[in-house]
Amino acid sequence: MFESLQQNLTSALKTLRGKGKLTEANMREGLRLVQQALLEADVSYSVAKDFIERVAQQATGERVLSSLDPSQQVVGIVYKELVDLMGPVDHSLHLRGETPVLMLCGLQGSGKTTTCGKLGRLIAERGRKPLMVAADLKRPGAVQQLQIIGQQVGVPVYSEEGQTDPVKVCRNAVKHARETGADVVLLDTAGRLHIDDELMQELATVERQVQPEQVYLVVDAMTGQDAVNSAKAFNEALELDGVIMTKLDGDARGGAALSVKAVTGVPIKFIGVGEHLEDLEEFHPDRMASRILGMGDVLTLVEQAQRRFDQEEMARQEERLRAGEFTLDDFRKMVAQTTKLGPLQKVISMMPGMGAFGGMLEGADVEKDMKRLFGIIDSMTPDERRNPTKIIDQSRRRRIAAGAGVEPHEVNELVKLFGMMAPQVKEMAGLGMRDRMKKIQELQRGGFLDPGAKMTRQKKSTGKRLSAQEKKQRRKERERQLRRLKRKKRRG
Amino acid sequence: MGLFDRFRQGLKKTAQLLNTDVRDLFKREGRLVDDAFLDELFEVLIKMDLGVQAAQQIVEEVRQTHRARVVQLTDVTATIKEKLKQLLAQPGEPIQLAPEGLTVIMVCGVNGSGKTTSIAKLAKLFRSQGKQVVLGAADTFRAAAVEQLAIWAERLGVDIVTGEQGSDPASVAHRAVAAALEKGADVCIVDTAGRLQTQQNLMQQLTKIHRVIGKQVEGAPHEVLLVLDATTGQHGISQAKHFTDAVHCTGIVLAKLDGTAKGGVVVPIRQQVGLPVKFVGVGETADDLVPFDPDSFVDALFEDVEAEPSAAGQSR
Repeated sequence: MFESLQQNLTSALKTLRGKGKLTEANMREGLRLVQQALLEADVSYSVAKDFIERVAQQATGERVLSSLDPSQQVVGIVYKELVDLMGPVDHSLHLRGETPVLMLCGLQGSGKTTTCGKLGRLIAERGRKPLMVAADLKRPGAVQQLQIIGQQVGVPVYSEEGQTDPVKVCRNAVKHARETGADVVLLDTAGRLHIDDELMQELATVERQVQPEQVYLVVDAMTGQDAVNSAKAFNEALELDGVIMTKLDGDARGGAALSVKAVTGVPIKFIGVGEHLEDLEEFHPDRMASRILGMGDVLTLVEQAQRRFDQEEMARQEERLRAGEFTLDDFRKMVAQTTKLGPLQKVISMMPGMGAFGGMLEGADVEKDMKRLFGIIDSMTPDERRNPTKIIDQSRRRRIAAGAGVEPHEVNELVKLFGMMAPQVKEMAGLGMRDRMKKIQELQRGGFLDPGAKMTRQKKSTGKRLSAQEKKQRRKERERQLRRLKRKKRRG
Repeated sequence: MGLFDRFRQGLKKTAQLLNTDVRDLFKREGRLVDDAFLDELFEVLIKMDLGVQAAQQIVEEVRQTHRARVVQLTDVTATIKEKLKQLLAQPGEPIQLAPEGLTVIMVCGVNGSGKTTSIAKLAKLFRSQGKQVVLGAADTFRAAAVEQLAIWAERLGVDIVTGEQGSDPASVAHRAVAAALEKGADVCIVDTAGRLQTQQNLMQQLTKIHRVIGKQVEGAPHEVLLVLDATTGQHGISQAKHFTDAVHCTGIVLAKLDGTAKGGVVVPIRQQVGLPVKFVGVGETADDLVPFDPDSFVDALFEDVEAEPSAAGQSR
């Protein structure tokens, strides 16, 4: 999501961390890199500049420079400022009154219609009866698009054939909603440029006549420096209540997210993270800030996990782990559940400190490797799964490999890996989430969690092979010792 | 309306921004080029979405030529213009048509960049040149994308080949090219679904479409155009890189230049990926597509600034 920004910032912050002693001069240099990273990420110039000013002011204070770990302090300040910059948010849709109206507006191609469908689905999921209104009469096919989306998410769509005045459509739609018992109205307006006075006027008219409870601006995460201008203009014309940022699932650096809130004071409510209609998430500045700084988005991961994990299964596993039991069966379940969270790459990039892995896995067919892994485990007897390190010998290994259709050494690698992991995992069971994540990072530093390299590792040198010269030297050494022994014998 | 006027119209906003901002930097008797001045200049360039690298290069150029001197506005703009023109210089190639027979053009880009509208504009352009055009609606993913193109086709009076939603886009592309061959059409333009360049499976699908078309007509697709939203910031560079990797883009269509105050991202793209800009979309009607010309692009950008060089300072 914010990977590129994250990468740049991480390297900038590394230069801060790398300095043994933090002086005002080298900190300024580090912050300059942070600013450059922000600009490369399309954060608006003035926002980036102010941001750095604020950080510098706090960071050059005596308290920071004389503290034990000044660079950590600076990182802390950058984090806090990032959170402040993007927050606070309020995820409530404010569905007050009888038939509250939500209005979506934005530039062309920012993703209004898709977002409308996602919101409709979300509202219906929460037990309300939304009605989506196709008020985009401009773009060819827009009305059909919303109708099809409506069918997909099971939300009725109001449209008027042959109507050319969006204001009328909106007015009639609200009436229609009241008659048909829908209790939330979602207006999907046509995309327009913020400098098009006529069309902006039209939006204002709709707002005046329909009196929407909330007006949301839909912003494309890929927008550059101009994001701020358009957000400002829409905010002036309509008094926005929130922003929905779309297309954050790619490698968009999402700098616009940083700017929009700062410049307009309008909070980001939701983010679109995929093309499917359930890909709408609440925006959390603190998580985003941690993520940008390479601290990982643990909370999002936990939330997703809670949503999709089999709770009972989790509890049972937790229990077993506490009792000090961890078998290949558990391992298999753990991995299988992780893959349930989504594409492994996405999951991994959300883990703290693992952002870089997400990129590393690009191209590597992790899912395929997973299948091989499962295949190997499935080819084992229950006994072997319970205690692989002890009882799997050469003959068993050969049988398992044949069963799974892999090479025997791959079985061996899995067993070895399990042997290394098991004690760590058992230890982790007793820990809280925070300590657990710390542990994961430790493991990662130790090179344990390198999923890309795990399955098909090249055979490396065992380190025992000696060069001719070394052999010669050792032989000399041996002979010398032999001679010494003989001499001793003769004397003794 | 002439080409130059169109550009000017589309870039008015950029020019206005530059106009005020650059002029703000100058006092009546010119201004000393010092670090503060260069910082302000950097800000102006960044706000045009030029990106850090290109902006730094330009600032460096200005620093070297004008450092510690008191300069007039025109001196600096001349330096910047020259630098920009140098950066954007490209062979003056229009759209590359097949030497004979059918020319196939494939259009790709991220979601919502303006692919379908740009295709409509391209079709109109070819129609006005008396060419017979067939459109292939291979965006089978997004709801009603086919309808959107079909409505355009009807308005413009060109043929269109469509497929069911959810069907294989490569098959639609194949049928479109086949239909164009059968009809003896001059140009076949294939629309594709918007996709983010990080979605590997979708990028592979794009490569497949490219391959399928290449099997039908020798050397096809003759042009692979990447449609880029002019409001896009530095992310555009990543788009250009990845799409070029997947389908060997031959050029960029810079859409929606009419609204935004900037179009500057084409500079770093040209610099880092080497893709030339072929067309610029400057409005919502089917006529609003003009061929890109770096010199007039840059000239139009600075035209207002230079219109009254001496008055610029005196009016303040």
